[in-house]
Amino acid sequence: MSIKVRALREIWCSIGFAERNFMLVKRYAGWEAVFLTYTIVSALTIGLIGVATGDQRLVLYLVVGAVLWGYLSILFHEVSECIAWERWEGTLEYTFMAPVKRFTQLMGNALYAITYGLGRAGVQLLVCALFFGISLAGANFLAAAVVLVISSLPFLGLGLACAVLPLLSRERGSQATHIFQALILLVSGVYYDVSVLPAWLRPFSVVSPATYTLRAMRAAVLDGVGVAALGKELLILVLSGVVLIPLGFACFVLGERWAKRTGKLKIEG
Amino acid sequence: MDRVKNSEGRKVEGRLEASSTGTVERAGPERESLVRAAEAMDDGRPALKVDGLTKRFPRPEGKRHGFWRRRPRFAALAAVTFAVERGEIFGLIGMNGSGKSTLIRIVSTLLVPDEGQVKVFGVDVEGEPARVRELINRVAVDAAFFKVLSGSENLRYAARLYGLAPRVARERYDGLLTRIGFDPKRLGDQVKSLSRGERQKVAATRALMSAPALLLLDEPTTGLDPRSKREVQRVIREMRDEAGTTVLLTTHDMEEAERLCDRVGILHEGRIVTIGTPAELGERAGGRSRTLEDAFLKFTGAEWLGEENGG
Ligand SMILES: Nc1ncnc2c1ncn2[C@@H]1O[C@H](COP(=O)(O)OP(=O)(O)OP(=O)(O)O)[C@@H](O)[C@H]1O
Ligand SMILES: [Mg+2]
Repeated sequence: MSIKVRALREIWCSIGFAERNFMLVKRYAGWEAVFLTYTIVSALTIGLIGVATGDQRLVLYLVVGAVLWGYLSILFHEVSECIAWERWEGTLEYTFMAPVKRFTQLMGNALYAITYGLGRAGVQLLVCALFFGISLAGANFLAAAVVLVISSLPFLGLGLACAVLPLLSRERGSQATHIFQALILLVSGVYYDVSVLPAWLRPFSVVSPATYTLRAMRAAVLDGVGVAALGKELLILVLSGVVLIPLGFACFVLGERWAKRTGKLKIEG
Repeated sequence: MDRVKNSEGRKVEGRLEASSTGTVERAGPERESLVRAAEAMDDGRPALKVDGLTKRFPRPEGKRHGFWRRRPRFAALAAVTFAVERGEIFGLIGMNGSGKSTLIRIVSTLLVPDEGQVKVFGVDVEGEPARVRELINRVAVDAAFFKVLSGSENLRYAARLYGLAPRVARERYDGLLTRIGFDPKRLGDQVKSLSRGERQKVAATRALMSAPALLLLDEPTTGLDPRSKREVQRVIREMRDEAGTTVLLTTHDMEEAERLCDRVGILHEGRIVTIGTPAELGERAGGRSRTLEDAFLKFTGAEWLGEENGG
């Protein structure tokens, strides 16, 4: 097979994973509606805290936090749970036996997570904008889009590393992933500036990529800051993505090898 | 594609006869064409070669002594050695827990051996799993599907994984399903609404449509009614006859093993205790009139003593 044919085939496959996930979303449409309602309502309630203070800028500040956090957690969650979920369905062995590169499989799931996350965050943002009558006239949309794309990278890496945990331990893997996600929420300044954190927590905010994402996004949306002026944040995000994606993938490969040695892939039969 | 060509130029019409040494022998011009085809395909290495294969698992009841120590382990497979020739249907029979599924998992690259080697068309499963995956497909006992998706959605997804164009896949699975007695119109139903046997048929179709060079069947007909069983068996035989597919099959149905397999190996407590044609195994069990079931009972422990003991 030539390299071109091979590459085309891998792309074809990764679209297959994304397509499959969307078919599943369609089947669980009822639950989708529930989750969407829930995230929209939670963004609204948080925005209302801003309304109560009478500070229009704070409303936008909070809404940006809620929507961006919604996107990042979908991204992280969908990638980190893609294995746990196939194991639950009982299709994991089938997928692992297919002639598909593991990277392709995970990227297919990432592709789905990004499109799905953008869709949901978009709806959430739209509803919030209408509800609060927010004007985005001063926002730099190009910069916001660049921040969104680039901040996806480190979160994909983190998701990949966590995706393998369910292979190591059936329940604890998922539990650890959720706790990890909650800690990121705490230290990254989703609804407040990280300077309000107690001193001992602040170092964690420095290593969380979400901190930079939120800072850059707020600068772009609230103050209309352009891409060039966000160089420092964007560079940190790109670098952490460049480190975390290969690292996360390496964790995955090691975990998979261990699972195949100890027989943890198997469910029954 | 560097997938081993297994179809054209390869027609195995008669039944392959296996000698006691385990090599496949055929008589007359057919044998010649077979050899030529095999040479054309590759260098005549067996479809599957299992050499000193050992796999250990922790004993379920075993206690860890100290945190860092391993739990005591037992050998689910112990130095298993055998080969399956190209175009052969090879059966593995043995009691529950004898290691059949473990062996199939190792061949399908889902488990890594502790010791020994497994080669699929000369490709090592541990060294080059990606290349092995291009050559195989497996039907497991538990037909694994996305249960809320329809049959055709599941098949379309599988087609993507195996690099089949949707149209080609559709032609193949429609044909296969009709042949094994599953109305393709029911493909629109969610898999969860299909019966166990119906799911099994869709699972068999999913594996067959990728036209694997080595087909691994772990109890493919368990749960099927007698007619469906026959239909699935017929399709398996036709795949071998028409496409030269090599088949490794496990089953608890002795009649099926007798009818379908060129050779059968009996696995007992992780070891191969005997290999031969069903007829040979019957003979080894004590005479011409003996069946494969007699052989099974003889080789998997003390002979069935129930009747001799008068109850
Ligand atoms: N992943 C695993 N982890 C731990 N033990 C395992 C694993 N897979 C198999 N075993 C054990 O290895 C032994 C062989 O199991 P295997 O599934 O290969 O048997 P089998 O011959 O397929 O049985 P059956 O006829 O019931 O399907 C059993 O004792 C089983 O409990
Ligand atoms: Mg089994």
